[in-house]
Amino acid sequence: MSQADSTLEGHATGVSVGPAFSIPTKKLAMWLFIIADTMTFAACLVAYGFLRNGSADWPRPFHSITNVALMTFVLLTSSLTMLIGLQAARAGNKAAAFRWTMITAALGILFALLHVREWMGLIHEGMTLFKNPWGNGLFGASFFSVTGLHLSHVTGGVIALLVVGVRYRGGRYNADDIEVLGLYWHFVDLVWMFVVPLVYLLNLAH
Amino acid sequence: MTTAEASKSGGMGKDLVVYACLLALAGLQFAIAFQNIDTSQMLVRMLVVAIVEAGLAVMFFMHLWTEKRGFTLFVLVFTIFVLLALQYGWTDSTRMVIGAPFAK
Repeated sequence: MSQADSTLEGHATGVSVGPAFSIPTKKLAMWLFIIADTMTFAACLVAYGFLRNGSADWPRPFHSITNVALMTFVLLTSSLTMLIGLQAARAGNKAAAFRWTMITAALGILFALLHVREWMGLIHEGMTLFKNPWGNGLFGASFFSVTGLHLSHVTGGVIALLVVGVRYRGGRYNADDIEVLGLYWHFVDLVWMFVVPLVYLLNLAH
Repeated sequence: MTTAEASKSGGMGKDLVVYACLLALAGLQFAIAFQNIDTSQMLVRMLVVAIVEAGLAVMFFMHLWTEKRGFTLFVLVFTIFVLLALQYGWTDSTRMVIGAPFAK
């Protein structure tokens, strides 16, 4: 009996539908989420650019790149540790996969703490959502919106890393789940590559 | 080849190279910030570097390179189309700066 015949016997319609693009459903769902989220971030960054381009007195409040450089290094490194965790999961090394997933989560937490430190510094200098001592009051709203949206993604990612890591160790999740979560984590890293130049580096005080 | 097979056979060598490239490109962005050029030139240079970084991350870290070609095209074409469609408002923001808020 051919495969087509067995399909006909198994299904009333005789049509066997596999996952779209021949990739696992969870992974496809994550990609579709990433595409949608790309639009969200792009819209925020374009709106930010629109305000910056349309304002004659846009502030340049950043005097040092040390903190943002450190944040970038931490986030890029967390992408690498995520890949090492996935590699271990694929090789069936459960302990190593769990350990590297937790290291990734720890780096995410470190990134979030550095981010909050950055925010607190600006708030202490007098920046709020609607005013700041340097120029256009919309700078605070756009800065906190863009970086806050990114920080919320990092926070969500850290929670997901902890949950998926623990459930992977407990046997409820497998390497595919680590891979799907890795896609999200790399996306968060990718977005940061655009946030840094647009929000921080273009606003350095020279 | 599926992503899983690619991950198994490829090892970490390629990932480490991509990681090093991403660090170098991030460093380049920071270097551009200290160049003595006007903001628009700086923006273009930084965005070019960011797009290269994003391409490396999507293709190798997110393994889009090893997915089916149809899926890769779907992701790239759809994403690039919408990102380009978002750009239509720039002329309006420039008009605000040059002091011509309404068309006559």
